[in-house]
Amino acid sequence: MLKFSDNKLKEVKKIIDRYPQGKQKSALIPLLHMAQSEFGGWLSPESMDYIASLLTIDPIEVYEVATFYSMYNLQPVGKHVFEVCQTGPCMLNGSDNIINYIKTKLNIGVGETTEDGLFTLKTVECLGACGYAPMMQLGDHYREHLTKEKVDAIIEECRGKE
Amino acid sequence: MAKKVLLEKAHIKGIRAYDVYKAQGGYASVEKALKMDPAAIVEEVKKSGLRGRGGAGFPTGMKWSFLAKPEGVPRYLVCNADESEPGTFKDRYLMEFLPHLLIEGLIVSSFALGSNSTYIYIRGEYAWIVNILEQAIEEAKQHGYLGKNILNTGFDCEIYVQRGAGAYICGEETALIESLEGKRGNPRIKPPFPAIKGLWDCPTVVNNVETIAAVVPIINMGGEEYAKIGVGRSTGTKLLSACGNINKPGVYEIDMTISVEEFIFSDEYCGGIPNGKRLKACIPGGSSVPILPANLLLKTAKGETRYMNYESLSDGGFATGSMMGSGGFIVLDEDQCIVRHTMSLARFYRHESCGQCSPCREGTGWMEKILTKIENGKGQSSDIDLLWDIQRKIEGNTICPLGDAAAWPVAAAIRHFRDEFEWHVNNPSLCLTENYGLAHYADELSIVS
Ligand SMILES: Cc1cc2nc3c(=O)[nH]c(=O)nc-3n(C[C@H](O)[C@H](O)[C@H](O)COP(=O)(O)O)c2cc1C
Ligand code: SF4
Ligand code: FES
Repeated sequence: MLKFSDNKLKEVKKIIDRYPQGKQKSALIPLLHMAQSEFGGWLSPESMDYIASLLTIDPIEVYEVATFYSMYNLQPVGKHVFEVCQTGPCMLNGSDNIINYIKTKLNIGVGETTEDGLFTLKTVECLGACGYAPMMQLGDHYREHLTKEKVDAIIEECRGKE
Repeated sequence: MAKKVLLEKAHIKGIRAYDVYKAQGGYASVEKALKMDPAAIVEEVKKSGLRGRGGAGFPTGMKWSFLAKPEGVPRYLVCNADESEPGTFKDRYLMEFLPHLLIEGLIVSSFALGSNSTYIYIRGEYAWIVNILEQAIEEAKQHGYLGKNILNTGFDCEIYVQRGAGAYICGEETALIESLEGKRGNPRIKPPFPAIKGLWDCPTVVNNVETIAAVVPIINMGGEEYAKIGVGRSTGTKLLSACGNINKPGVYEIDMTISVEEFIFSDEYCGGIPNGKRLKACIPGGSSVPILPANLLLKTAKGETRYMNYESLSDGGFATGSMMGSGGFIVLDEDQCIVRHTMSLARFYRHESCGQCSPCREGTGWMEKILTKIENGKGQSSDIDLLWDIQRKIEGNTICPLGDAAAWPVAAAIRHFRDEFEWHVNNPSLCLTENYGLAHYADELSIVS
C-alpha cells in the first residue's frame, strides 16, 4: 500500500487548509504533484486512488484531472526527464538541433527512455523562457541557452549522480 | 531613458529579500491604501487608466467596479501567473526578481476588493518561483502585512500560491478558476462572468501579475500622475519580453511612447538583429496576435511611424495591424520560414485546445496537418485556400478565445505571406533545402535599416 510519510501528510493538511471547508478538491493538483515526486516520477493507478481517498473524492475525478495536464506522467519515465521546448520562439533559436542532438547522443526517440532507465526525452510547448532559448526543463529547474556542449555536461552531471 | 515604475529596483542587490525591499520604500502603498476607503482605491485605479496586462487590455478599474458584493458571500482575488503564451516571460521576471512587488500589489488589491483569501495561480513549470513567492509571503506575514488584523485595520488577508500542471488554457480566466477548484481546465460559458460567479461560485476578480504589480506605483504616485506616463489610452508602463532573432533578448519596461523601430534596433532594448541579418517579420504581442511583415511593422499602412502602444500596434485592424497582446515580442530574421513557424504555432494550439468545442478541437488539428504537409513539400495550391477557410470557421465559433488565438496567426501568415506558401507548393523539393527569405517584399524593405 502506498502512503505519504507523516511529514508529507502534515503538508497535505496544510494544503487542504488553504481552501474553505468542503472545497478540499482544490488540493487535487498540488497533491498529484506531490504523489508524482514521492512515488517514482509518475502517477500509477494506485497513486491516483490513494489521492482520491485522501480527498474523499471519487477516483474518476482524479483520473479526469491527471489525464488533462501535461506535467503528469501516466507511464513510468527515466530518472532524469529532459523536457525540451519546441515552440516557435525556441525553434527560431535552434531547438530542433538540440532535440536531434539529444536523440543521437542518447540513442532514443521523443517519448522514449534509455535502456538503463536513466533518461527520458520529451518535447514540450513554450515554458516561458523564450528569451533564453533553446531550453529544457530538468526536474524543478530550467536549463537555458542550450548548446551541444551544455547538453553533454548535463548528461554527465546526471550520470554523476548515480 | 524611459520612465520605469515596476523594474526600477530590480537590479538592486538582495531586493528579493524583505529587508532590502522595505528599505527601498517597499510596502509604502500598503501603509497608504489601508488608511483609504476601498472604493477610493478603485477610483485611483480607474483614474490611472491601467489596462489589464494579461493580453486583453480591459480597463482594470472598471473590472474591479463590476465585482458583485452580496452580503455574507466571500469575494476572491485571483492572480493569473499562468504565463504560457509563446513569447511571453515577463511575469516570470517580475516574480523572480521582485516577488515583494507582487505581494505588495496583492495586499492593496485584496483590500480594495475585500478578498480575505487571495490565490496566485502559477504555471506548474515555474516550480522554483513558488518557493520565492512563498518566502516573500512568509516575510510579509512576519512583518504584519499579511494575516489577521493587518496594521490594526481589522482587515484579514492570506495569500496562497497554487501550482498548475501544464495547460496553456488554464491562463483563460474561467479555465483557471476550474483548475483552482481541482478540475480539468475547461473554460466556462460566459455569462455569468467571474465578477458575479467565479471561484466556488463566489464573485471573483482575475488579474495578471503585471496588472497587480502596477497597482503599487498607482497608489504611491496617485492615479492621475500614473496616467501622465505613456500616451492616450496607453497609460503607464508596459513590460515586454523580447525574443527570437535579436541581439538582446530579455524583459524591458517601456513607457509606450517609443517606436517599434527604436525598440528593435536601439541598444537600450533589443539591440538589432544578430549577424547582420535583416528583419523579416515580427509577432509583437505573443503568439496569438497577427504576424506583421517588416514594412507594416515599422510603419502603418498610412505610412506613419508605428509605436509600441495599444492603439498604434492595432492601427489598421487585422488587415494591416496587429495587437499589443501579452507583450511577447517575437522577431524573425530573413532566414526564417513563415510556413514552418506557423506550423509550430498551429501545433501549439492543437496541443493546448481543451477539446470542448468541435471547431477548435478539430480545426486546430486540421490546420496543423495541412501546414505540416505544405512545409514538407507535399501541399497543393488548394490547401492554402482550405487553410484560410478552416481558420475562418473557427474564429468566433467557440466557447473561449483560444479558438480565435489559434485562427489569427494562420490568417495573418496567409494574408501577408501568401506567396511564400505558394512558393512551397510550387517548389516541393526546393522548399526542403532552400529558404524563401525576403523575396516578396525586398523593395519595400529599403525602409529597414
Ligand atoms: C487561451 C488564453 C490564455 C490566456 N493566458 C493568460 C495568461 O497566461 N496570463 C494572463 O494573465 N492572462 C491570460 N489570459 C487572459 C485571461 O483570460 C484574463 O483576461 C486575464 O488574466 C485578466 O487579467 P488582466 O485584466 O489583469 O489582464 C488568457 C486568455 C486566453 C483566452
Ligand atoms: S475554444 Fe478551444 S480551448 Fe476554448 S473552450 Fe473551446 S475547445 Fe476549449
Ligand atoms: S518558446 Fe520555448 S520557452 Fe517559449
